[in-house]
Amino acid sequence: MQHLKPAKSFALTAAALVALTGVAMADPDPTAELVIDGELHLVTRAPSDAITPNLPERYSGWLFRESDTRAMQMDDFENPAMLAAEAGADLWTTADGTAGQSCQDCHGDAEDSMAGVRAGMPHLNADGVLWSMEDYVNNCRTERMGAEAWRWSGDEMTSMTSFISLQSRGMPVSVQIDGDAAPYWEQGRDMYYTRYGQLELSCASCHEESYGLMIRADHLSQGQINGFPTYRLKNAGIVSIHNRFRGCIRDTRAETFAEGSDEFRALELYVASRGTGLSIEGVSVRP
Amino acid sequence: MTEVRPRIRLPRSASAGDSIVVKTLINHDMESGQRRNSAGETIPRQIINRFTCEFGGVMVIDAALEPAISANPYLEFEAVVPASGEFVFTWYDDNGEVYTATEAFEVS
Amino acid sequence: MLTRRDTLAIGLGASAVAMLPAAVLADAVDDAIAAFTGGAEMADAGVTITAPEIAENGNTVPISVDAPGATEITLIATGNPTPNVGKFTFGPGAGASMVATRIRLGRTQDVMAIAKLADGSYASTRVEVKVTIGGCGG
Ligand code: HEC
Ligand code: HEC
Repeated sequence: MQHLKPAKSFALTAAALVALTGVAMADPDPTAELVIDGELHLVTRAPSDAITPNLPERYSGWLFRESDTRAMQMDDFENPAMLAAEAGADLWTTADGTAGQSCQDCHGDAEDSMAGVRAGMPHLNADGVLWSMEDYVNNCRTERMGAEAWRWSGDEMTSMTSFISLQSRGMPVSVQIDGDAAPYWEQGRDMYYTRYGQLELSCASCHEESYGLMIRADHLSQGQINGFPTYRLKNAGIVSIHNRFRGCIRDTRAETFAEGSDEFRALELYVASRGTGLSIEGVSVRP
Repeated sequence: MTEVRPRIRLPRSASAGDSIVVKTLINHDMESGQRRNSAGETIPRQIINRFTCEFGGVMVIDAALEPAISANPYLEFEAVVPASGEFVFTWYDDNGEVYTATEAFEVS
Repeated sequence: MLTRRDTLAIGLGASAVAMLPAAVLADAVDDAIAAFTGGAEMADAGVTITAPEIAENGNTVPISVDAPGATEITLIATGNPTPNVGKFTFGPGAGASMVATRIRLGRTQDVMAIAKLADGSYASTRVEVKVTIGGCGG
């Protein structure tokens, strides 16, 4: 039950669905094409490689969603995440802090300066330390602007990361995992296969061994992060990568790590690399 | 909550007398009044309770909204555009605030 | 005056109390319908609801309703504690008697639309929307 793609697994999924939940039918479509506003084609299926020896192919979480959820992401007007991205665009040009500067003052138009930034996140900073996008944003605020740090999952931060991520939409995920990044990547990989909590489940138990199945009436995806930040219908708001990790670990009834912890940065790098070649969708819609 | 920002989508063009699809979205929590905060207290209701759209001074739709409308309320409907004119969209918040957006529309 | 739910609770005791939620809900739905139609008959043709058979999350369920010739449409979520969803009045500038929105559904239930037609008569329809519990992974 590892392949989403072949028609046969689709039939299996439907059977599993009935068996596990009693819900009659659902319509995730492994052959669906993600096209934004009829113009921008995004890659939702990418070939596997040595990073993911146990995945025959890489799939965006978008493929596992019901048609209504998928449709909401295909139209920028209907995608509620765009409200956050617009708020982020406003923040980009708003001066803040003792230096009286805005992001725009140093970085210019985000369309140019931030293109590709999401696709390469997280990456090592100048001191060789692994940072997530939130770290870079807050470092600019506290060290360069003389402004207060934003909360990791606060409205301002998620609006800003939505806006910045949008500038990489359609670009393939491509993170550095060798050289000085290698120890972080290995730490992340070890976490991915660690069984957490009373349920003794690892990320891999669900997102590598069981994707395509239903769990609590939710279609299990490969747990990719190419779509982040994500507008979750459940939260009616933007969810950060670390927030999602936290929820997933909590579901195994384990103590979880904090957003912005070193553990989650390392895990983010590893999970990002598992999606190499998939398009950045930021900002996506998920249930 | 962050600043309220209405979004409107109209078709690029239309002929006089056409019926066009109008889409609107506004960021708003639509706090239902049924949720509790972490301290167990009920969070007071605060929703957009009414939405109206007029074109050229003529009423298109008048909607009375309840807490069962999702956060960031989305409304789509059709309007007749007999001639070029202005759309006026109005959202009424429980807290007494009124948000208005206008959009000129040219027919060919 | 006693409302129907008072009667139930008083008259039938404990077993009725256990049944209360369904009864109260039915009452609330009846009330919502009556508030719109004033108790008039409803035809069962001429109103179309488009909604997902399965909603991945009850928080944001896309729905549209179309009732050619209607001057007013009300939407009722028959399984929500407060069934009214919205009432839409179409003015002379409306291009169609249709509206699409996104709604909250507390659980699997029928969503009902009632249209008031130009001649003052009413028509209605209902569709079932299954709401999955979902929301795994936080
Ligand atoms: C005083 C100038 C200045 C201001 C103001 C500023 N930045 Fe920066 N920012 C920099 C510099 C310098 C770097 C690191 C150099 C580089 O681009 O590699 C950087 C790096 C970044 C990066 C990482 C880019 C990458 O390639 O990974 C992000 C993201 C970022 N800034 C976002 C912001 C945001 C958001 C704001 C406003 C809240 C902001 N910056 C304000 C100067 C500034
Ligand atoms: C008990 C099973 C389970 C475990 C264990 C689990 N998850 Fe998940 N995860 C889910 C479910 C269910 C969802 C929601 C449906 C989906 O997208 O798969 C989800 C969603 C996600 C998503 C969002 C995917 C998208 O497309 O937006 C990411 C990312 C994710 N998980 C990462 C992880 C990571 C990293 C771990 C290990 C720390 C993990 N999960 C452990 C069940 C699990």
